[in-house]
Amino acid sequence: MRLLRHFAASLLDSLRDLTPIVAVIGFFQIFILQQPIPNLGVLLVGTLLVVLGLSLFIQGLNLALFPLGESMAWDFARKGSLNWLLLFAFALGFGTTVAEPALIKIAEEAAKIAATGGMIEDNQQSQDSYANGLRYTVAVSVGFAIVLGVLRIIKGWPVQYLIISGYLGVVLMTALAPEEIIGIAYDSGGVTTSTITVPLVTALGVGLASSIKGRNPMTDGFGLIAFASLTPMIFVMGYGILL
Amino acid sequence: MNDLLTHFLQVLTGTLLDVLPIAGILFGFQFLVLRRPVKNPKEVLIGLLMVLLGLVLFLEGLDLALFPLGKLMASQLTSPELLGISPHMQEVEWHHYFWVYLFAASIGFSTTIAEPSLIAVTIKANQVSGGAISQWGLRIAVAIGVAVGIAIGSYRIISGTPLHWYIMTGYVVVIVQTLYAPRTIIALAYDSGGVTTSTVTVPLVAALGLGLSSNIPGRNPLLDGFGLIAFASLFPIMSVMAYAQLSEWRSNKRNR
Repeated sequence: MRLLRHFAASLLDSLRDLTPIVAVIGFFQIFILQQPIPNLGVLLVGTLLVVLGLSLFIQGLNLALFPLGESMAWDFARKGSLNWLLLFAFALGFGTTVAEPALIKIAEEAAKIAATGGMIEDNQQSQDSYANGLRYTVAVSVGFAIVLGVLRIIKGWPVQYLIISGYLGVVLMTALAPEEIIGIAYDSGGVTTSTITVPLVTALGVGLASSIKGRNPMTDGFGLIAFASLTPMIFVMGYGILL
Repeated sequence: MNDLLTHFLQVLTGTLLDVLPIAGILFGFQFLVLRRPVKNPKEVLIGLLMVLLGLVLFLEGLDLALFPLGKLMASQLTSPELLGISPHMQEVEWHHYFWVYLFAASIGFSTTIAEPSLIAVTIKANQVSGGAISQWGLRIAVAIGVAVGIAIGSYRIISGTPLHWYIMTGYVVVIVQTLYAPRTIIALAYDSGGVTTSTVTVPLVAALGLGLSSNIPGRNPLLDGFGLIAFASLFPIMSVMAYAQLSEWRSNKRNR
C-alpha cells in the first residue's frame, strides 16, 4: 500500500515535469500554426508512456544507479589503489560514450560536411573511417576527462582553474582549426553525456569526495560532467587540424 | 500495431546496447577488481531493470508523440510561407522571426524541465547540500539558461554571425561570474551545462537548427545548423551562478 502510494506520487511528479512541453506544443499548434492536433489518441498514449517511463527511471535511479556509483567510490577509496580507480574512470568515460547514439549520428553528419568541404574524399569508405575516427576521438576525450576529474577530486584542485584552462584550450584550438569543424566540435561537447552516465558519474564524484578526508562533496564532488563536456571540443578540433 | 511492436523492440535493443557496456564495466570492476559483493543485490537489480524499462518507455513515448509533432512544428515555424519570405529575397531582417525566438525559448525551457539527467543531478545536489539547494530552483535556473541560449543561438543562425565569437564572449562572462559566485555552487554550475542536453532536448533543438538553416536564404544546413547545442550547454552555467549569487544576496540582506 505504501509502495503504491509512493509510486502514485512519483507519477504525479513526472506528469508535472511533462506539462510544460505539452503546453508549449499545444499552444504553438493551435494558436500560431492554427492547425488541429493530429492523432490525438496516439499523442495521449505516447505522453502516458513518457510519464510512466520517467517515474520508473527516477525510482530506479534512487534504487540502483546512485547507491551503486557511491558504493563503488567508497570501495575504491578503501582499496586505495589509484591506478585501478583511474582505469575505472577511463573505462566508464570511454565505454559509455563510444556507443552513444547521439554521438554516432553527429559523427556521420560531420563526415558528410568534411566530404562536401573537400577535406576528405567523397566516398562512403573515407566517410566511414572519418566518422569512426571522430567517434573514438570523442570517446577517448571523455575517458580522459573523467580521469582528470577524479584526479582533481583526490588532489583537491579547485575546479575553476581547470575549467578556465580548458576554455583557453578551446579558444586556442578555434583559432587553429579548419572552420568546417568548429560547429561540430562545439556541439560534440553537449551530446556526450547520456542519461545513464550522468547519474552514475555524479554519484561517483560525490561518493569519492565524501570518502576522502578533507574533501567537501559539494565543492569537490561535482564537476566531472563539466570536464566531460569540455574536453571533446578540444579533442575534436585537434582531430580536425590533424586530418 | 505490428509497427508499434517492431519500433518498441528497436528502442529496447538500442537501449540495451547502450546499457550493456556500462553494466559490463560496473560489474567487471566490482567483481574482478574490488572483489566485494554488491550491497542489497536484489534492490540494485530491480532498480536497474526499472531504469532500463523506464528509459525504453520514455524514449518510445517521445518517439510516438512529442518528437514527430515537435519536429514538424520546428519546420513549419521556420517555413518561408509563415515567415513571409519570398524566394527571391537575399537577406531577411532578423526581427521577422519573433515566433521563432519565442518557440526556441519555450521549447528549450520545457524540454529541460523534463530532462531525466538534470532531474538526477538536482536530486543529488539537494541531498549533498542538505536541502540548501532546492530541486525546483536549480531546475528552473537551468531551464531559463537553456531558453536564453537557444533563442540567442537561433538569432545567430538567422543573422549568420560566427559561432565562436558568441561562445568566447560567453566564456568571458562565465570566468567573471566565477570570481564572484559562492564557492560551493561553482562545480555544480559547470556541471549543469553538460547535463541539459540529452534525451529530450537534443532531437527537438537539432530539428529547429536544421529547419532554420535550410529555410533562411544564404544559410547552409551543413555549416550553420550546428551550434545550438553549444549554446544550450553554455548558458545554464551563467544562469545557475546568477541564481546562486541572487540567493546569497537575498539571504545576506535578510540577515542584516
